Amino acid sequence: MSFRIASSPHQHSQKTTSQLMLWVAGAALPAIAVQSYLFGYGVLIQLMLAISTAWACEALILAMRQKTILPRLRDHSALVTGLLLAVSIPPYAPWWLIIIGTAFAIIMVKQLYGGLGFNIFNPAMAAYVLLLIAFPVQMTQWLPPTTLQTYDLSLLDAVCAVFTQYSCQGYSIQQLQMGIDGMTMATPLDTARTDLTMGLTLPESFEKPIFSQGAGSGWLWLNVAWLLGGLVLIQQRVIQWRIPLSVLGSLALCSLIAWSINPDIHLSPIFQLFSGASMLAAFFIATDPVSASTTLKGRIYYGILIGVLVFCIRTYGGYPDAFAFAVLLANMAVPLIDYYTRPRTYGHKVKKGLL
Amino acid sequence: MTQPYKELAIQGLWKNNPGLVQLLGLCPLLAVTNTVTNALGLGVATLLVLLGSNLVVSAVRNWVPNEIRIPIFVMIIATFVTAIQLLMNAFTYQLYLALGIFIPLIVTNCAIIGRAEAFASKNPLIPSAIDAVMMGLGFAFVLLVLGAMRELLGQGTLFDGAEALLGEWATVLRIEVFSLDHYFLLALLPPGAFIGMGLLIAGKNAIDQRQQQRQQTEKAEITRARVTGTIA
Repeated sequence: MSFRIASSPHQHSQKTTSQLMLWVAGAALPAIAVQSYLFGYGVLIQLMLAISTAWACEALILAMRQKTILPRLRDHSALVTGLLLAVSIPPYAPWWLIIIGTAFAIIMVKQLYGGLGFNIFNPAMAAYVLLLIAFPVQMTQWLPPTTLQTYDLSLLDAVCAVFTQYSCQGYSIQQLQMGIDGMTMATPLDTARTDLTMGLTLPESFEKPIFSQGAGSGWLWLNVAWLLGGLVLIQQRVIQWRIPLSVLGSLALCSLIAWSINPDIHLSPIFQLFSGASMLAAFFIATDPVSASTTLKGRIYYGILIGVLVFCIRTYGGYPDAFAFAVLLANMAVPLIDYYTRPRTYGHKVKKGLL
Repeated sequence: MTQPYKELAIQGLWKNNPGLVQLLGLCPLLAVTNTVTNALGLGVATLLVLLGSNLVVSAVRNWVPNEIRIPIFVMIIATFVTAIQLLMNAFTYQLYLALGIFIPLIVTNCAIIGRAEAFASKNPLIPSAIDAVMMGLGFAFVLLVLGAMRELLGQGTLFDGAEALLGEWATVLRIEVFSLDHYFLLALLPPGAFIGMGLLIAGKNAIDQRQQQRQQTEKAEITRARVTGTIA
């Protein structure tokens, strides 16, 4: 038996960065399958565009910084960034949107700060915010789920739609966005929000077909798939339970309070948890090991901050969903959270801190 | 140009550039540089105010009590800003509307009071004037580059709306580099200004570093191979 002398930390996870990233990508597969079943082949096209752009940009910047390219590409962090951005944007968004977004994520948000491990912001979410601010129209053109679509889209149609914004039969994205009832559809969160501003109460709004299955047709299943993938990650100890639980818990608690006060204008906790990007963000985005808080206690505060921010922006803010903004704002708070939640050093007394 | 004046020029245009190095006057720098025309308008206005204020501050420097010098400087600057504002209102009305509150806000531009305090109040008339022109040009140069970057990325044009500043003939200046179906809003909005400014500063630092490295290698060649005694 050999005794190795090594400095702390003494508890290691046996996984390398590359393995961790591959687990994340793998756990996202069920959700990607559900998303492409629900919204068509556009999702897969966006994924291919995003991942190839991410690899190209990463290689380009690594070459400019005179670093070794292949070993760093093999840590698969660029793959995960591209993947997360591709599943966040509308499946039939124009092709240049995802390319601009991924290039920004890799070049400006990740590599300019020093590469993997040095970025203070989550690259995928920073790019999402960039796209949302710069191209609000393209970033909101979500199609209704396939079950509610007027026109069926083949693979060829999907390619045409992404690259020309018209399907092969010549239907524009705006026409494709129309549901079976002839109304243009957005996401359930967006619809609920628009209806509230038009003076409808939520129970009235929920009679629309987009809400046909609880938390909005299709979106429920998508979130369940992300939840499953997330549970696999926790089981594999790729991520810890603290951040997802505190994000979802605080979001549920806030919405429960608001909902029990006035269910006419506040979404129910179940709807909040299983709509929009809730599960995707709680398990795959907020848990980014680089930009999230690093202390155990800090992760709980970090998650709570995200959950509360999401609730506030969804309810009182200007956007229907808010995870990108909430994650970026929480990223900014991470140095402060980490500072005040430093763990007690072995042999030292507990210091009475702020948190 | 004699040596001190050359030094003033290098300081104002590059080494101590108010926009890139001193980071003074960031508010107008970031707010109005969404097109080349706006940038040029504000750059010229700031240059004129800076020239006027430096001249007057330098002329009265021996009669200004030290304790109340700042209010006096601010009043001198405000006088020139008011004059410029009225002139722009009269002759370039469209630009006056486009720049809006940022014309009166030239009063609070730290680059101007900074030059009055740091240079004009201690130096005679002519160096002060040259310092003002160089600093103003340096500031206007940064405004122009940033404006060109943002206008090009944001709407694919250059000198859009130049007629508001230069008169009717200037419509021919408008260059459509490429046509965009959708404006790249980020470049036109304030966050784009911050990102662009960061890239400009990084670029300047990179050039400086490269120059420094080159100078060091040149110096290294001159050093003696055998050194006896202490190195001074």
